[in-house]
Amino acid sequence: MNENNPVITTENLHKRYGRTAALQGISCQFPRGKITGLIGPNGSGKSTLLKLIMGLIKADRGSLNIMGHPPGRKNKANIAFLPEINNLYRSMSLQELIDLYHSQFSTFCPETARELLSFMNLQPEKTVKQLSKGMVGRFKLILTMARRVPLILLDEPLTGIDIKSRSNILEGLISKFNPEEQTIILSTHEIIETERYFDHVIFLEDGAVSLQGDADDLRAEYGQSIQELAKEVFV
Amino acid sequence: MQVNFYQSRPIYEQIIDEIKKMLVRKELQPGDQLPSQRELAQQINVNPNTIQRAYREMEITGLAESRRGLGTFIISEQDLIKDLKEEMAQLATQNFISEMKSLGFEAAEIEKWVKQNQGINEKKTPGGEGNE
Repeated sequence: MNENNPVITTENLHKRYGRTAALQGISCQFPRGKITGLIGPNGSGKSTLLKLIMGLIKADRGSLNIMGHPPGRKNKANIAFLPEINNLYRSMSLQELIDLYHSQFSTFCPETARELLSFMNLQPEKTVKQLSKGMVGRFKLILTMARRVPLILLDEPLTGIDIKSRSNILEGLISKFNPEEQTIILSTHEIIETERYFDHVIFLEDGAVSLQGDADDLRAEYGQSIQELAKEVFV
Repeated sequence: MQVNFYQSRPIYEQIIDEIKKMLVRKELQPGDQLPSQRELAQQINVNPNTIQRAYREMEITGLAESRRGLGTFIISEQDLIKDLKEEMAQLATQNFISEMKSLGFEAAEIEKWVKQNQGINEKKTPGGEGNE
């Protein structure tokens, strides 16, 4: 752990939707300056945990500490996550959306957005409507990474996206990740392509942590890839 | 550096192995400066923290040294290449013998197999004659 100064700590965190227990007493830590893979099958609680961290929903029980504060307004400006580009924005051009984001967020860096646009081969004058699903996925990553903030949450950034766009997204992510000032949490059930980027992994299943640790240490300890470990852990 | 990573071994170890191979193949010399952590991370498409771990491990084992303000350098040790070659030859030989034994071969037969395959990776001479 980054010398016992984790960026997020949870202790016995519970969240229930109606009769479904989405999180059943999660205790875990996310190390500072690292990329943590939050891994688990659909319905394991990954999105719930991220929404709690973002402050979009409230836990029923337990504690959650993010950069020294409970979730909420103090952290809003410091956390970036993949945007929903809903119907309202689909007729806008990429450049217009970049300008919009710039006006909304003081930490938004247009230079970073420009560099990533070029890296990802996207034309700023195109509208969202004109883009393929993979291109939209890439663009969402650009909007997120252009916000130079200490905590970045990526909830399933690769789902439903073509292979070429996926590697584009992951490479773009790495190119702009500054471990001295940033922490990234990436939730996914697609481990094969992502595991090489993870410093730390947390396995979630049915709202509980099955395994967590440094990715390379786990590989050494078990002599397996994270993907293979996951197959065993998630029965 | 071109690496295809096996995900079942720590990635930082594989990076160190590749650097050792580059030294043995003379693609790198003792005393050479390694790329910055950020540069290497970009080049081989890896988390910069993994590069940091690889570099730190090489400093701990005495293969590299960090010079403040300048970067990370392979040590300028005279016998470095020789030592690395021996270390890697030892490992390769042990793996090979282990594998052959698991197939049921004994020492004398293993030696015979090595002799038989001496020329196997050499280029064919012009004129089309293969090597025996």
